[in-house]
Amino acid sequence: MQAFTVVTGLAAPLDRANVDTDQIIPKQFLKSIKRIGFGVNLFDEWRYLDEGYNGQDCSKRPLNMDFVLNKPRYQGAQVLLARQNFGCGSSREHAPWALDEYGFRAIIASSFADIFFNNCFKNGVLPVILTEDEVDVLFKECEATEGYQLTVDLEQQQVIRPNSETFSFSVDSFRRHCLLNGLDDIGLTLQDADFIHAFEKQAKVARPWVFQALR
Amino acid sequence: MTAKTLYDKLWDDHLVKQRDDGSCLIYIDRQLLHEVTSPQAFDGLKLAQRKPWRLDANIATPDHNVPTDKAERALGISGISDETSRIQVQTLDDNCREFGVVEFDIFDERQGIVHVVGPEQGLTLPGMTVVCGDSHTATHGAFACLAHGIGTSEVEHVLATQCLVQKKSKNMLINVNGLLGDGVTAKDVVLAIIGKIGTAGGTGYAIEFGGQVFRDMSMEGRMTVCNMAIEAGARVGMVAVDNNTIEYFRGKPFAPKAEMWDAAVAYWQTLTSDADAVFDAVIDMDGSVIEPQVSWGTSPEMVLPVNAQLPALATAKDAVQRNSWERAYQYMGLNPETPITDIKLDRVFIGSCTNSRIEDLRAAAAVIKGRKVASTIKQAMVVAGSGLVKKQAEVEGLDKLFTDAGFEWREPGCSMCLAMNADKLLSGEHCASTSNRNFEGRQGNGGRTHLVSPAMAAAAAIAGHFVDVRGF
Ligand code: SF4
Repeated sequence: MQAFTVVTGLAAPLDRANVDTDQIIPKQFLKSIKRIGFGVNLFDEWRYLDEGYNGQDCSKRPLNMDFVLNKPRYQGAQVLLARQNFGCGSSREHAPWALDEYGFRAIIASSFADIFFNNCFKNGVLPVILTEDEVDVLFKECEATEGYQLTVDLEQQQVIRPNSETFSFSVDSFRRHCLLNGLDDIGLTLQDADFIHAFEKQAKVARPWVFQALR
Repeated sequence: MTAKTLYDKLWDDHLVKQRDDGSCLIYIDRQLLHEVTSPQAFDGLKLAQRKPWRLDANIATPDHNVPTDKAERALGISGISDETSRIQVQTLDDNCREFGVVEFDIFDERQGIVHVVGPEQGLTLPGMTVVCGDSHTATHGAFACLAHGIGTSEVEHVLATQCLVQKKSKNMLINVNGLLGDGVTAKDVVLAIIGKIGTAGGTGYAIEFGGQVFRDMSMEGRMTVCNMAIEAGARVGMVAVDNNTIEYFRGKPFAPKAEMWDAAVAYWQTLTSDADAVFDAVIDMDGSVIEPQVSWGTSPEMVLPVNAQLPALATAKDAVQRNSWERAYQYMGLNPETPITDIKLDRVFIGSCTNSRIEDLRAAAAVIKGRKVASTIKQAMVVAGSGLVKKQAEVEGLDKLFTDAGFEWREPGCSMCLAMNADKLLSGEHCASTSNRNFEGRQGNGGRTHLVSPAMAAAAAIAGHFVDVRGF
């Protein structure tokens, strides 16, 4: 996994609440058996005027120029501003894969859906929770200022605005540690293999039916 | 000893290790696999040269991409016309064979939607931790399981370690007391709950559904309710064990037998919240006032009783909600203050892991019996949740009632719940659907979904527009 320490980049405002993962990456693109190739279909139904299908050459598709991410001033954005309950709905990890591949390294919102939030951390994308008022300030500044850049510092747990003022956020220490160091958490868990074996040993006595063979 | 909630008990019984930083390793008893969210996980295992930790914890079945058309289905995987879908279903077969995971494949009569198949086979049992790369895994909470959806990286993590790294959620109790009126079903109850607490109302919580309404509810109904806990923002939704729970599993193929059954029952009976357990949040509702529900917008919280009018924008609680409503009206092609019963429909879909079990099909069949689908409806389809549900319905003659009325009787799978296969809405079409999500484009690009119960969907198919199924 790619590590995340500090990212400074252009911010883009997606002013909608309850953005669901079907919107972030529509289902027809979930048929891929790979982890890559989703970036061009991020927000597909909002971003393009035609209907997207798998394996299409997206460079030739008509863009919806009313969609915020298509505006020239937000090209190359790395920080996505969003509203409450971002990432609700399906558990598809294709959503953070698509956001990451598009170029977003951090998403700032007042709340996230649980599964999506978790999936982001597994992919080096940092979801940042600020208060609704703070998010509002960022939206206003971002919309008012062309080339508005934010710095997201995971080490310090701060979002730094262009005027150097900061908003703090918190991240639980395990996730922060993994993300700062780009750690594969399967490897970490396997270091606790003895605990897992010990657990299984007692569980097989307490609840043997759970461990029945399936054939 | 301090009093515990059901969730506390399930958590404690699966805690492998608490780390210094507060994160916990939780043991997973059962993982359900399907074709969409597993290929990258198996790939990851191969790349790292890891083996599944405990093979028999896993069970697989293809559901999202499988065709529901009888002729296509008869050809098995080669009958899937979309190449990428075909490869995905084939990849599941290949991975299961390579790693030795038990799979109910496309030709197996036990194949179906994972969340229907697990309980039906007794692969899901009370008190288990159950995960799947699918957010509707919450369904299994109906059996007092600690069950939730996970992403693909976690699917790989569970395959490799049989554990998940978790932080404990807070406890929420949703109490619905009183008696439900005739024609009011589990689906209406859960939609009414989401309408009340909103799609983020349960975020960060494990919800326990308690009260008379759930005690009186069949296991199928409890599955419908827990299924949609995720639509209220909670990864986990649960109902405590009672006699119904235990009886449901008697004789199921993978349920324990003989002495093992008795031991299991003794354990299962402990799976209730202690009387004096403390919840972080409690919500009380009166079940007797719940009416049949219809969703009108693009989020499950945009839901109202069937006899209501769509809300005026001025009644939105804040600017963000007003903005969402405006967008929803635009997307749905509807106007504020329209009566819900004026919404005309193009298609009707009865199916999905929310409402495709035998009881759901019976409820719909009871409404359509002897009637005909309105001529204005382009398509009305019934998709059973599993091969065995389909078979049971055929034994009872329900298929005949449906086809006589003008419904299509399809092969089991997810179908038009998310339209990954050929079953989808065209842009602008309105659909009465027994599924769980009315998101933009969910049932097809530009499609307009209205979430309802099976009985309400059946009545809408006959009338061509929404009607109150009570007295229909
Ligand atoms: S029926 Fe729908 S919600 Fe259920 S698992 Fe299938 S796609 Fe997901």
